[in-house]
Amino acid sequence: MRLIYTGIAILLVSVAVFAAEGDHDSLRGNVPLLEERTPEPLYEVENNDLRRIRAYPMQPPTIPHKIDNYQVDLNANRCMTCHSRRRVAESQAPMVSVTHYMDRDGNFLAELSPRRYFCSQCHVPQTTAPTQVGNTFQDIDEIIREQRQRGQ
Amino acid sequence: MFKKAIRIIKDFWATFSTPSKYFSLGFLTVGGFIGGVLFWGGFNTALEATNTETFCISCHEMRDNVYQEIQPTIHFTNRSGVRATCPDCHVPHDWTDKIARKMQASKEVWGTIFGTINTREKFFEHRLEMATREWRRFEANDSLECRNCHDEGAMDFTRQSARAAAAHERGLIEGDATCITCHKGIAHELPDMAGVEGWH
Repeated sequence: MRLIYTGIAILLVSVAVFAAEGDHDSLRGNVPLLEERTPEPLYEVENNDLRRIRAYPMQPPTIPHKIDNYQVDLNANRCMTCHSRRRVAESQAPMVSVTHYMDRDGNFLAELSPRRYFCSQCHVPQTTAPTQVGNTFQDIDEIIREQRQRGQ
Repeated sequence: MFKKAIRIIKDFWATFSTPSKYFSLGFLTVGGFIGGVLFWGGFNTALEATNTETFCISCHEMRDNVYQEIQPTIHFTNRSGVRATCPDCHVPHDWTDKIARKMQASKEVWGTIFGTINTREKFFEHRLEMATREWRRFEANDSLECRNCHDEGAMDFTRQSARAAAAHERGLIEGDATCITCHKGIAHELPDMAGVEGWH
């Protein structure tokens, strides 16, 4: 008897969890499966050329400008026409960091390392779109400061 | 054989230089005028017919390669609905320059007939050569075809992003750059750029 009750309880809980999961479906925005959702507008890409803060020291910096139709493939790398070591004097763009000229063993290469060639694998432009989910991220600096204050 | 040819030319000259016996002066002048108008009209119509996007992409070399590549770019679709077609950029608008370019283009007819770039692979093989030719032409005429629409005198730098305004100021106004110096590969994909100035 107890087994049956337990089984029913588990079933009810899991049904409740499934139902609750529907509430968190941020991509479909809680629209029933058979209804078509009004699509979000296309948001503007930030193009103000102002560098954003990095959330942590190793974060790849975001791109503060549009990169529409920038060709990055076997033939050409549009990003590097401004951001490569040789071009920054003319373009006044920030040079890609020295790590991009290193292979995985830490040897320095004369040219951009092939593993760092495809810029948008790590670096992305930002849009004005509102965030879909909440975020409780805390900068490491804040954590350290709080700990120091507590220690005093 | 040689004597015969000379005699034909002599006979023709004799007829050509003798005053007309049967046609009146009025007929000859008015007829010549009408004939001239018809010839010129026909010539120009034919010339303009070869100066359209429809004509360009009637060959698969253009339709399957460069025409596909321009479609996602801003010169094909954009917010204001202005479109640059092939001849807007690739044929000068002034008459003498246009005729000069059209004469050069007769080599492209040769290329079409003998299939110089009739496969995707052949097209890739020749891409750098063809692109370089266009870049040189734009460098030489100070990007004339760009400037048919984009005139730096009419450009409001304050409406551009800070980065664009600064670059235009440095290159166009202070420096001796022309549009194509920086804006390569904006309407079509780029060939292998290794060794091209400013690219890596």
